[in-house]
Amino acid sequence: MLFAPLARAGQFVATFTPLKRLVCFAAVLGLLAMLFMTVKLTGNMNYVLPRRGWMLATMLLVGIAAGVATVLFQTISNNRILTPAVMGFEALFVLIQTSVIFFMGADSSFYSSPLIRFVCESLIMTGFAVLLYRWLFAANTDLHRLLLVGLVFGILFTSLSNLMQRMLMPTEFDVLQGRLFARLTLPHPQLIMISALVVLVVCIIVWRMRYAFDVLALGRDAATGLGLNYRKTVTRILLLIAVLVSVSTALIGPLTFLGFMAAILAYQLAGSYQHRFVLPAAAILGVCFLAGGQLILEHVLSMAGALTVVIEFIGGSLFLLLLLKRGRL
Amino acid sequence: MRFLAFLLALVLVSLLTVSSLVVGSNSIGIMQLLADPAAWDLLILSRIPRTVALLLCGMAMSVCGLIMQMLTQNRYVEPATAGAVQSAGLGILIITILWPAAPVLARMGFASFFSLLGTGLFLLILQRLSLRATLIVPLVGIMLGAVISAVTVFIAVRFDLLQSLAAWTSGDFSGVMKGRYELLWLVGALTLLTYFVADRFAVAGMGREFAVNLGLNYRRVMLLGMSIVAIVSGVVVVVIGALPFLGLIVPNIVSLILGDNVRRNIPWIALLGGGIVVACDLTGRLLVHPFEIPAGSILGVIGAVVFLFVILREQIYVRS
Repeated sequence: MLFAPLARAGQFVATFTPLKRLVCFAAVLGLLAMLFMTVKLTGNMNYVLPRRGWMLATMLLVGIAAGVATVLFQTISNNRILTPAVMGFEALFVLIQTSVIFFMGADSSFYSSPLIRFVCESLIMTGFAVLLYRWLFAANTDLHRLLLVGLVFGILFTSLSNLMQRMLMPTEFDVLQGRLFARLTLPHPQLIMISALVVLVVCIIVWRMRYAFDVLALGRDAATGLGLNYRKTVTRILLLIAVLVSVSTALIGPLTFLGFMAAILAYQLAGSYQHRFVLPAAAILGVCFLAGGQLILEHVLSMAGALTVVIEFIGGSLFLLLLLKRGRL
Repeated sequence: MRFLAFLLALVLVSLLTVSSLVVGSNSIGIMQLLADPAAWDLLILSRIPRTVALLLCGMAMSVCGLIMQMLTQNRYVEPATAGAVQSAGLGILIITILWPAAPVLARMGFASFFSLLGTGLFLLILQRLSLRATLIVPLVGIMLGAVISAVTVFIAVRFDLLQSLAAWTSGDFSGVMKGRYELLWLVGALTLLTYFVADRFAVAGMGREFAVNLGLNYRRVMLLGMSIVAIVSGVVVVVIGALPFLGLIVPNIVSLILGDNVRRNIPWIALLGGGIVVACDLTGRLLVHPFEIPAGSILGVIGAVVFLFVILREQIYVRS
């Protein structure tokens, strides 16, 4: 149902070149953004407009980060179904939030400054990813094991956070709940600007490596044969993914299946498997999902806060269907 | 020798059990039992049911893990990594929405039914997988569990039941009292049944072709195993909540030490499983005394660490 109009649009642009398709996606995004900014515009403009603007900026960053990170992850894992979110990132995010309150209390100065908190969270998360991958890749681990270890680490972090949350005072727990849920509606300008800078830098690096990804997608042996330093490139990409995922998780919290949907659709609609087309397509589509979903939820279904849950729901079902249809991971 | 070891383990678990009887926000001593009738009440109404529940749940979930591992021919599968536990949670949520005043038996039946559906879905996906590498099976199972959980959370948010959901699904024994745990005896009986049909599961664990060749009614054994797992998961989730990884770590530890004789391992698995759950619950009671931490939370941490160790150990083993 949801994908019917998108599929029709896909048929319509089937005759287009990849570049034209990208322009189409950008046009759709522009339209959505305009709608998002203007629909039911009432009340104090000086309050509503900046607020919506910051929300849109958050969506832009999160969508780009999720789309790009997922496509890159799928390229290095040679797999179109898995996403970086399964590697325990979001659970780590919750764990960091919980441990800060657990060890430092709800009113520590570290906690009250969102900027310091954001930087620390991102650093810890990226550091964790690098350590984990270094450790696992040094042992020449196969991908299945790596993923399973990531998943189990995720479960471990969740259990640890649960354990700590059980030992928190009720007031501290309230503060934590506020931190962990639906921050899309409560964006923080300072955070968004920093994230924008980080995402921009990462995107520039990614763009400069775009042909290396195409080579990498041929598989380990072919890539090595063509003169690519496989391990070094993969490590670097994992680092980039880690940064992107930690930025997006730190901005709006856990979102497992957004990148998955964006990447799947990007491969379907981009009209090319070259990364210079797929990557921007996935980024734009990721933002479209967020903006379009928020529009529908807020103005049609009046469930403004439920965007993340709905994305998980739709993305999760899509994931299962695809798994059943393809018959392999 | 093996018998002696088993006896020793039995004594250890009994010691744990006795400590579980006396430890709590009110500790009970022998002197008090003789003098104070209130202490007797506490013992009979709360402590004994709780300890029995701990032992029964631990035994049943561990043996369930073993059954699932036999049926899927994979050492990394257990009810929680196959969607069974998460499906049971979904079942409880749905019956709570449709029929808020449902009696425990109906809730249990519904949870077991959903758990059966979840396990069936998992096995269906496994059948469709063209490449059944050892590590893909738990990956798919955990993913399936995550998707089912996402659906559950979505529905819970829609109906404002998120908090209740968290309370149902955490493995918490503090609510166990006389009159609220008796269903668990059913689980105990199923565990006993497993012991008597263990050989069939062992044969089924050698693969479909081999099992059929040996004259086993493969389909019936699969169905029996799935039903046992579904009923046990359903009952345990309704009464206690999830006990993550228990069914995974216990059979693996036992077969690391004792080998793969299924029937001979079952008493060990049951004993170790019961012991671990009692130990986790005791830790939870002592850690923030006089408050409590659910045994499931502690088990989640320990279980994940042991699971990681098992996955990574094999790799080291392969390399050396």
